Amino acid sequence: MPLTLPLKSWPGKIREVKLGRTVAEGGSRSTSIIIGGENALPFHHFEGSVPRRPAIAYQIPDIEPPLSDWPDTLRSAFRDVLKDPIAWAKLVMEKHRARLICLNFIGANPDRANRPISECVDVLKAVMQAVSVPVIVQGYGPGEKNSELLAKCAEESRGEGITLASAVAEHYKTLAAATIAYDCNLVAESPIDVNLAKQLNILLTDMKVPPEKIIMDPLTGGLGYGFEYTYSVMERIRLQALGGDAMMSMPFLNFVGQEAWKTKEVKVPAEQMPTWGSQLERGVLWEAITAYGLLLSGSNLLVMRHPDAVAAVEKSIDELMAK
Amino acid sequence: MALTGLQIFKLLPQTNCKECGYPTCLAFAMKLAAKQVALDLCPYASDEAKSALGAASVPPIRKVTIGKGDHQIELGEEVVLFRHDKTFYHPTALALGVADNLADTEFNQALSRINSASYDRAGETIAIAMTVLICKSGNADQYANRAKAIVAASQLPVALICDDPALCSSAAEAISSRGGVLCGATIDTLDAFIDLATRTHLALMLKAETLEELGALAEKAAARGFEEIILAPVTGKQSESLKQQTLIRRMALDRQIKGFGYPTAMLVPEGSDLYLNALSVALGIAKYAGLIVIPNWQMWQLLPLLTLRQNIYTDPQKPLQVEGGIYKVGEPTDKSPVYVTTNFSLTYFMLTTEIDASGQPGWLVIVEAEGMSVLTAWSAGKFGGATVGKAILESGIADKIAHRKIILPGYVAVIKGDAEDALPGWDVMVGPQEASDVSAFVKDVWMELKI
Repeated sequence: MPLTLPLKSWPGKIREVKLGRTVAEGGSRSTSIIIGGENALPFHHFEGSVPRRPAIAYQIPDIEPPLSDWPDTLRSAFRDVLKDPIAWAKLVMEKHRARLICLNFIGANPDRANRPISECVDVLKAVMQAVSVPVIVQGYGPGEKNSELLAKCAEESRGEGITLASAVAEHYKTLAAATIAYDCNLVAESPIDVNLAKQLNILLTDMKVPPEKIIMDPLTGGLGYGFEYTYSVMERIRLQALGGDAMMSMPFLNFVGQEAWKTKEVKVPAEQMPTWGSQLERGVLWEAITAYGLLLSGSNLLVMRHPDAVAAVEKSIDELMAK
Repeated sequence: MALTGLQIFKLLPQTNCKECGYPTCLAFAMKLAAKQVALDLCPYASDEAKSALGAASVPPIRKVTIGKGDHQIELGEEVVLFRHDKTFYHPTALALGVADNLADTEFNQALSRINSASYDRAGETIAIAMTVLICKSGNADQYANRAKAIVAASQLPVALICDDPALCSSAAEAISSRGGVLCGATIDTLDAFIDLATRTHLALMLKAETLEELGALAEKAAARGFEEIILAPVTGKQSESLKQQTLIRRMALDRQIKGFGYPTAMLVPEGSDLYLNALSVALGIAKYAGLIVIPNWQMWQLLPLLTLRQNIYTDPQKPLQVEGGIYKVGEPTDKSPVYVTTNFSLTYFMLTTEIDASGQPGWLVIVEAEGMSVLTAWSAGKFGGATVGKAILESGIADKIAHRKIILPGYVAVIKGDAEDALPGWDVMVGPQEASDVSAFVKDVWMELKI
């Protein structure tokens, strides 16, 4: 008896979000990148359409990052550019063929370097001059200054289709307004919770942010540090979206690198823990597995750090996208 | 075929005696239908009910047991496609390969590495489950000798990778007392392999080019009365493995097609890109493989992969807990800060990471609170001032520090007074609400104390 395969089709579809604008599109980027668009579970080509490859952005801090979440095994990949985000951006684009970068303004944090907003904007402008890929601008964490910083970045790069990260339920109005005024995308961050993710999307669309400008960040738990919570929340949100819930159908972004590289498991040398094996490769794999697991639960955009981890995940995406 | 709640209800006594622990027979029937309870909770179930339910309650994916004693592995019995729908039960068994044609020193070194691959993490031991002996020599005696060497050197069950039942016959006998899997049979070798597996009490992996052939092969084996089966769909690109594993699980659970009601295996290709290989293993862990055979590997791959498996197979209803007591973060001294929190593993992990990042080593006193997070535990009455005070005194932390200060999570600032009452002579400080603010707290508050 021939087997009829148990295939599933879904009424819903994930929205497409475009990052960056080319010259033809009114910006100055050499490419723009579209994420989302699938009407099936992640990489289920056999029962639906998965038209867009998930994208990976290199995370670049605006000042020399702390050892606590940029340990030596990670720094060694960027040794000559640690204090220079412009050179860093050029390096990942030219040497590692980055398709997207995420500039992370940790220096603006009042508890750290407390850089003025104008200085940060200058860094953004210089980076956008230096490289032609689309850009995500990530603040230091929720707060008044953070919102102001991101809004100013949006204003000063209008027409480039930058992506602002992130709006949270307590701080979203300034960012929503900037997103609309300067044609940006907005990352909506919620604390690993299906309902709160949806609620923030509703708040943003109530403020007239177009839904195709929103990317959801369900908050990433690193491998071994709450990974399974993120994994399951993403699966649940994705099933609701495919089931037809239009307020859940935004694509996902995950900040992977920053979670992976602060764990104990990437920092302990092999001499101390022989059964843990080589520290460098172990750390790279810690980041790559966190990223890969989230791809399987629906991620459309991964923000990562180590070039070897990015390369490994890109190779896997090649395989996952093969029909 | 599974029965509905109402069908089951009709078979029950319908007396609502409550002895099963449920308020009505209907409620109990619904639980039975969801396969969340067993019929033996009902003391008055008729023989008719038992036989009807017995047939219906055969798990859609059969349990296959490999090995014995402490290192016994159970595969199968899974009931969902998504872990949030219930849980994944039997963690994927990771099996590491060693070739039979290696020189003695290399061979023994590989075995000792496999034996050492066991890690304590979040109150659990996570470890490699099996040794895989790959037949590369083509020589039955050498293969059997290596099998004997593995049984002598390790307690783990053994998988034999060899397509020829005659060639691996002696090796299978050598591992018979230990238990393991023959990998594996195709349509051409099925009968000979079933004979061998039956004789040596080993499980058998089945291999076929298409899903249709694979299901047919399993039904053929079952017709011969052999059901210690593991299904190994063809290995291809990751998208192909994802498709095969997903469809097999759906055919078992949604369609209850018997030929697919067995645990599955994933055979990782022997590629030289060890990152890519590891991500293929990650695919198998997340997407339904019961057994993953990894032919070539390095130690650095193992902790990340076993941690992923621990995460994916954690019961979403029962968060991982850490044990109560004192934990060191870094090398704290008698002047270091003492943080207090609950035994919810996520809280513990976040806090240790952030204390570590703060640059100041610290003591962490974990209070047993049924694995609940701080606010949940507090509202459930498991993390009040008296509880914290008692835990501090019983922990013995007083012997390790020169000061008398503890730092509470900011979310339970309200218990400060009660905690001070329970801890005469102690200074109870209120820390930040979020672990991510520990660094700022250390800098702005703790360091200012100049202890």
